[in-house]
This record gives sequence, structure tokens and C-alpha cells, in this order.
Amino acid sequence: MTEPSAPRRIRTYHQVADPGAESIVEQVVDQGRRLRERLDRVKRVVAVASGKGGVGKSAISANLAVALAARGGTVGALDADLNGPSLARMLGASGRLARGDGGVEPAHGAGGVAVVSMDLLLPEDAPLRWRGPEEHGFVWQSVLETGALRELLSDVAWGDLDVLVLDLPPGTDKLARLFDLIGTPDVLLLVTTPSEAARHVVAKSARFVAEAGAEQVGLVTNMATWSCPHCGIEEPLFAADAGRRLARESGLEVWAEVPFDPRFAADTDEGFPLVLSDPERPAARALSALAERLAGG
Amino acid sequence: MKFLCVDCDSVMEYVERRLPGDGTMAVVYACPGCGRETALLTNPMETRMVSGLGIEVGGRSVPPEPLELVRSSLEGADEEAALRPGQVRWSGDARERLLSVPSFVRGMVKRIYGEYAAERGITEITPAVMDRARTDLGLEGM
Repeated sequence: MTEPSAPRRIRTYHQVADPGAESIVEQVVDQGRRLRERLDRVKRVVAVASGKGGVGKSAISANLAVALAARGGTVGALDADLNGPSLARMLGASGRLARGDGGVEPAHGAGGVAVVSMDLLLPEDAPLRWRGPEEHGFVWQSVLETGALRELLSDVAWGDLDVLVLDLPPGTDKLARLFDLIGTPDVLLLVTTPSEAARHVVAKSARFVAEAGAEQVGLVTNMATWSCPHCGIEEPLFAADAGRRLARESGLEVWAEVPFDPRFAADTDEGFPLVLSDPERPAARALSALAERLAGG
Repeated sequence: MKFLCVDCDSVMEYVERRLPGDGTMAVVYACPGCGRETALLTNPMETRMVSGLGIEVGGRSVPPEPLELVRSSLEGADEEAALRPGQVRWSGDARERLLSVPSFVRGMVKRIYGEYAAERGITEITPAVMDRARTDLGLEGM
């Protein structure tokens, strides 16, 4: 009877420590280094997120960026909504991104805010379509989207910024992706409307950021109230009051309540953020007060 | 990802990368001890995944260009945007020939030709340069 032979010893991945054996990891580490070097020159990253779509994240991002710049800060704004970019338009930035000494030069929009968006890389009306095999697109597309966000952060010559505003797309997963990429942002604004549908979704984001350990997190309720243009009476626009309920349930504080104002959307959509075009309107004043809070904090 | 020659207990070294033109990729590694070679073969989805990470299997010979992944992977993106003056340019004929490469590996192939030209001080990629690179780099069907 023969003795069974001992299994061959094969070193594990971590036991193989030969330098140069892993060029892929080296390259990924280098990507992270370049991203950190870029963000080291940014004093504060302010991420504007929600989880819910259609609550006005981009309009709030654009107005907040301009309001921060109006306080004398050097401000950048990155449209992280790759599939539905609108920030460049709202900041009145157009044209082609050009190469400078330190990377891609951002465009400049209202209030001198430096802005980068997919809109500045794609022809008008062109949808975001990644080149790839038709099969299993869902597998590789998220890899590409994360890679694109990394490049938009690390390959742009943002320079020394007081604040970089990140306008995130809908989806709680986008928060997770951002945290993986850059860590916890210095400030996170969760935008909601007073509707219960919005609260239901934004509550998930609030739970995510709490579990992730984010500390500087504030709620922004958009379309909080409505003012009659004739008599000036202010009333709730929605039956529900999701912002305050969210605050009670999540322990987060409401940092701004922005009243509904047709001019807010109309002016911002045309590239003239309301905080510049009509700074005395209540919606503009609410966002300026938010900027004041962030600039002071 | 590392390749270990089990007999020699040696880490295998990158030898070459081949792109047959159908979206697949072959990467050859060899054992420095016994010389045994092995090829990593990827299907189109795996090839896309690798290039989507913005990395080059086998290592990079030149640093990545700004927005390299976005410009090369996004349908309709302004590929000439943000190019440095004096950077390697593509002639019209070469650009036309590049269109015959499957779109999802086009960016990677373009990058490989670009690196080939940059390493040799070539300022414009023409079909003749592409022919030479094909032979030198094993870019069959490209």
C-alpha cells in the first residue's frame, strides 16, 4: 500500500511579495496617489446628494457654489451625475475642456466657479454611452463610471480650492461609490423635498452616511414652502413635512429650507443661478445663508 | 493577479500582450526559472473590465494621459479634448483605419499605438506606423 503524497505547497497571493510581480495593483495605487494629491489642495469637499432623483440637487449645488464664491472663496463644482449632467448648463459654462500644464483645465461659470461636467466632453444631446461588448454591460459599466469619476476628480487642474462642490446623481449606491473613492467628504448635504416619497428614499441615504461615520451632514429641504405672489402668504407646498420628520428620525439637523420659487428653476436652468440673478428672493436668501454657514464652519 | 510557476515556485514575468481584434486579449507570462510560458486569455467582457479600470496588464511604459479613460471609452466623446500641444496626433488615414477595430477595444488599441509612438519619438501615427507597431507588438488584425 502506498502512502498518499503530501499536497504540493503553493504560495498564496500574499506570500508572493516579489516587487514588480503585480503591475495592476501598482497602477491602482498610483491612481489613488494622484487623486489624493489633487484633493490635498482642496480645503473642503462638499457633497450634495439625496438618493432620490428630481429633488433639485443640481440647482442647489449650482446656487451654493456661486454663493460660496460670492463670499470670496475659490470654488470648484464637479458634476458627478455622469448620466444626467446639468451643472455646467446651470452655471452657464460651455465650450471645450483644454489641456493645461497640470491637467485638464476646468471651464468657468457664473461667479467664477470652476466647473467640470460630462456635458463639456460630449456633443449636445449625446447620451452617455460607453463602448463595450453588448453582453453583460451591467458588469463593466459601473467600473467605467467609477473610473470616469476618478478621472474627473484627479485629472482636472482644480488648483487650490476653498471648496469643491460635488453634485451627485440619484441612488444611495452613488454615495457608497464616492466614499470608496475619496473617503468621507468634509460636508455632506442630503437634499429632500417635503414629500413622503422623498423622505422614504432620503432616509436610506441618512442611514448609510450615519453607518459610514460621516459627521458633518445636514438636511436641505427644497420646495419647503410656497408664497402667493399676490398676497405673500406662505404655505406648505406638500401635505407632508419630510425634512423635519427626517431630522427627528435620523438625528440630523435641517440646515436649509428653500421655498419653492419658479424663478429658482427658470433662472438656474438658463445659467443664471438665482443667488446672482435675484439675491433678495427668499430661495436665494436661504441658499446664501447655507453658504454662510458652510463658509463659517 | 500574479502568476506563479508551481514547479519552480517563481513568479512568472510579463512577456507580451496580444489583441486578436475580436475583443479578446492574450497576455503571455514566462517563468524566469524554467522558461515555461502561459497565456492569460480574456473574453470581451473581461477585456472591457480590465481596460475600464484604467490600467494596463503588464504595466505602463508611459504615464496615463488626463481623462484617458473617459476620452477613449465614451461614445461620442471629444477625443482630441485636452490634448497637449505636440502630443502624438493621428493622421486621417490612421484614424479611419482605427475605426475598423471593435469599438470597445478601440480606446485600448489607440492607447497602445500612442504609447508605441511616444516611446519612439513619433509625433504622428500614420498607417505605416500602425503596420510597424502591429509587427512589433503583435496587434494582429488591428
